[in-house]
Amino acid sequence: MIGPLNSSRVLRALSAVTALGSIGAILLAASAGYADAPLEQAAQQQQQAPKFRRLTEAQYRATIADIFGPDIKVSGRFEPDMRVGGLLAAGTSAVSLTPAGAEQYEQIARGIAEQVVDAKHRDKLVGCAPQPSDPQGAACAEGFFKRVGLRIYRRPLTDGEVKLAVAQTVAASATLKDFHGGLAIMLTAMLSDLPFLFQTDREVADPRAPGGRTIDAWSRASKLSYFLWNSTPDEQLLQAAADGSLMTQAGLSAQVDRLMASPRFETGVRSFFDDFLQLEGMMSLSKDGIIYPAFRSSAAPAAREQTLRTITTLLVAENGDYRDLFTTRRVAMNRQLSPLYRMPHGPRDWSMVTLPDDDPRVGVLTQISFLALHSHEGRSSPTLRGKAVREVLMCEHVPAPPANVNFTIVQDTSNPAFRTTRERLKAHLDDEECASCHKLTDPMGLTLDSFDGAGQFRATENGVPIDTTGMLDKIAFNDSAGLGKALHDNPKVTQCLTQSAWRYAAGRALLPSEETITNRLHEDFARAGYRIRSLFRRIAIDPQFFAVRSPAAPRVASKPSSERKG
Amino acid sequence: MTSLNRRGFLLRGMLGGGAVAVGLPFLDYFLDNNGAALAATYGGGRLPVRFGTWFWGCGMIPDRWNPKMAGANYDLPPELAPIKPVQDKVSVLSGFSVTLGGKSNQPHISGNVGLRTGTPSDTWQQIAGPTFDVSIADAIGAGTLFRSLELSADGNPRTSFSYRSGTEMNPSVASPMELYRRIFGADFRDPNAAEFTPDPKVMARRSVLSAVTEERRRMLGKLGAEDKARVDSYFTSIREVENKLALQLEKPPRAEACVVPAQPEDIAASTDVPARQKSHKLMAEMLAMAMACNQTKVFNMVFSTATADLRQAGSPTAYHQATHEEQVDRARGYQPTVDEFSTQSMQAWADFVAAMAAIKEGDGTLLDNMLVVAHSEVSYAKNHDVNGIPVMLAGRAGGKVKSGIHVASQGDPISRVGLTMQQVMGVPVDAWGTEAMRTSRTLSEIMT
Repeated sequence: MIGPLNSSRVLRALSAVTALGSIGAILLAASAGYADAPLEQAAQQQQQAPKFRRLTEAQYRATIADIFGPDIKVSGRFEPDMRVGGLLAAGTSAVSLTPAGAEQYEQIARGIAEQVVDAKHRDKLVGCAPQPSDPQGAACAEGFFKRVGLRIYRRPLTDGEVKLAVAQTVAASATLKDFHGGLAIMLTAMLSDLPFLFQTDREVADPRAPGGRTIDAWSRASKLSYFLWNSTPDEQLLQAAADGSLMTQAGLSAQVDRLMASPRFETGVRSFFDDFLQLEGMMSLSKDGIIYPAFRSSAAPAAREQTLRTITTLLVAENGDYRDLFTTRRVAMNRQLSPLYRMPHGPRDWSMVTLPDDDPRVGVLTQISFLALHSHEGRSSPTLRGKAVREVLMCEHVPAPPANVNFTIVQDTSNPAFRTTRERLKAHLDDEECASCHKLTDPMGLTLDSFDGAGQFRATENGVPIDTTGMLDKIAFNDSAGLGKALHDNPKVTQCLTQSAWRYAAGRALLPSEETITNRLHEDFARAGYRIRSLFRRIAIDPQFFAVRSPAAPRVASKPSSERKG
Repeated sequence: MTSLNRRGFLLRGMLGGGAVAVGLPFLDYFLDNNGAALAATYGGGRLPVRFGTWFWGCGMIPDRWNPKMAGANYDLPPELAPIKPVQDKVSVLSGFSVTLGGKSNQPHISGNVGLRTGTPSDTWQQIAGPTFDVSIADAIGAGTLFRSLELSADGNPRTSFSYRSGTEMNPSVASPMELYRRIFGADFRDPNAAEFTPDPKVMARRSVLSAVTEERRRMLGKLGAEDKARVDSYFTSIREVENKLALQLEKPPRAEACVVPAQPEDIAASTDVPARQKSHKLMAEMLAMAMACNQTKVFNMVFSTATADLRQAGSPTAYHQATHEEQVDRARGYQPTVDEFSTQSMQAWADFVAAMAAIKEGDGTLLDNMLVVAHSEVSYAKNHDVNGIPVMLAGRAGGKVKSGIHVASQGDPISRVGLTMQQVMGVPVDAWGTEAMRTSRTLSEIMT
């Protein structure tokens, strides 16, 4: 095709050529293991674990607050993150920056930089002003960018980078006839730069394995910090990178223990579960105000907060068993949500409450977040809920429905023969093609149908008591307490959490070669009584977490995307 | 066809001659022998041709939508009735299909991907190439502040069907207020202002950003193929920011039709049809002005999502669920609720076309200098049919295409539409799509 020559297209074509050129080498090198592998598969072997991971919006915000203080406002629209295999974190190593995204990031950066140098902040954050002997402020700019640049790039600036920053600040200041204006422009460019927007793994020779490769201390610091705190490395962690201790197992363990002992570890665990349970969906959730008058739009963010508070209290503050999340009667509550839980005297501010033994709600699946997120705007959906249990909590794949499918009976709520969702879905299952997938989802989804599309309890539908019996992987139960118990006892649930935590930490999809490590992690997780602290620590100190993989086996999506509501 | 061929010939000649770095938008000026390309005025000079897509979800009921008569003055079946006031400006393309060629039909995805990329796939992440709007924006988008503007009336920036690759979705501006700020905010320069002084701040920003990026490019070591492609995209996107800053340093060409709109009210996104129609209309009016003010030449507008997120307040069954679940009314012979939603979607399309036609430009209207292709992701949504996906065109592309005709196909590959759009807009491509969707047949019926 003759096309307008677009630089990125040309570069991309060239990189494809490079990849093709390497196939021969790979085939030779892999002759033992892949002697008769098809060419295409061999080409895939060339894929390496990505070195760049784009900061998520939450990471970006936390990072700016850590560097410049929480009163610096970060305003603007972020380029949407991409979910890969159920995790936004895994998408960070697949996305780049679109033109619209770059424009927005530059604008966000400009807003930050202008605040950093404004009259209110400059004394504290810039800390110097040009002296009469240095009218263009070269010395001040050098001090500023050496100090702040370390935090922005999460590594010391090279001499070239310092020189460039100083020269550009001086030039921009001269153009504007304003030192701080020039400084802000250089800072904006730095905040739009690749090493800030993307976490980068830089390779070095492995000091502990002659001939081997690993990632350098600064890259380690970033990986640890974004995994355990969901933010940028603090001064102490950067110090451990600078003095080399982070490259030793003892130094690494010491830093991991310090990071995990901090209250900020809770933020890290919270971020993981927010991603794992796809709770950001709550922020754009809307329910029909006529059908669900009690569900105000502000209830959705509160329900997200409720689930995250419940999880961090039980798993981090109390160091509980992950599996107990599915059977607990304890839940974080506040005055805004308590009416939706039919609790007459709920606590004013967030605190943990224990629901009575006869309450139909048991475990996190019966919280409003899960129930409302996996429903339609005006009604519940056992299929969407069952699909979420399979895909989100068990890392299984539920195929999309066949294109030509007759749903007519499901809808006809006025048909006297089919008054409940269960009856309508059951009729729909006469079709064998439909039944094969609905058998995967509906039996547990129907157990949760005693909660409507906004997550509120109901005993009947159209005057008929709701039958909440169900089944999960051959375990039968009568109600949501039984479903919670079945999930508690199902090894797929803890295996899924383990490999999701690994993918979250690595910021990419699982490599086939990593099944060994995730299996080992799961064994250790079980041995530790399924404590999240133990799992996170185990990941953070594993040399594999810092390993350089090249060339690696093809990447596989280990968990399907469940973004689409069908 | 003759004008297209001549154009294609000139393009090839020019690119073949080595002037590859010159962006295509300059070609119009080149042909006009107008040396001062960027300083050209619109009122007296040549008007740019703009391109856009308009998307609505869940298709239509074929018997209630497809016109029976081909050619000009086609009949308007009930679901198309809302376009009556703009019928002379709208062409209907019926019966064009996505050919799956053994691939699975992923509900609400395969049809859309097939139409927009020429190759159906199971997910957007697996697309084989860019959507055709991206190729068109690459060809004509330079020289304006926004190479392309993605818009969605649903309030969700993720609702976009404009992809450079499976991992590069161009995110949408998702509300009237956000669109206003994006176009007419602090960076806006009124093209009709008497005075123009380049902003030294913009000058400094451009110079610093460019120096830092060049140094970064130089410093990057060897990368794996996948990372390299991502880093290249990053640099290309930063380059766009630099280009935009460069444009802000030049006096914008006069645009006589440009009238800066008032700031819209900040309305919350809604799935309720009347509210959605309202925010969509506001966005359409602002988009029209963005084009009249030469801020962009390419756009992608989404009215409702693929699976049509529309509802009627108080109804437990939203549009999408109704398409699958509503019974065919025996007396009427169709799904009445679905029919109503489909008709309401066409009302939104008519609103959109009217908003473009409302702006006088040169001797005609803005719409005369546009080409908009409207489409859905399915035909009959009940069974996710990707045969006969409804397509409409609006605008005359500066005289290159006819309007107000109905072209009825018997299942030709719908890639003929994408190919024709690219050719009309000056993308030098003579065949498009893959396998059963590969085509080199232009829609000659619509060409002048």
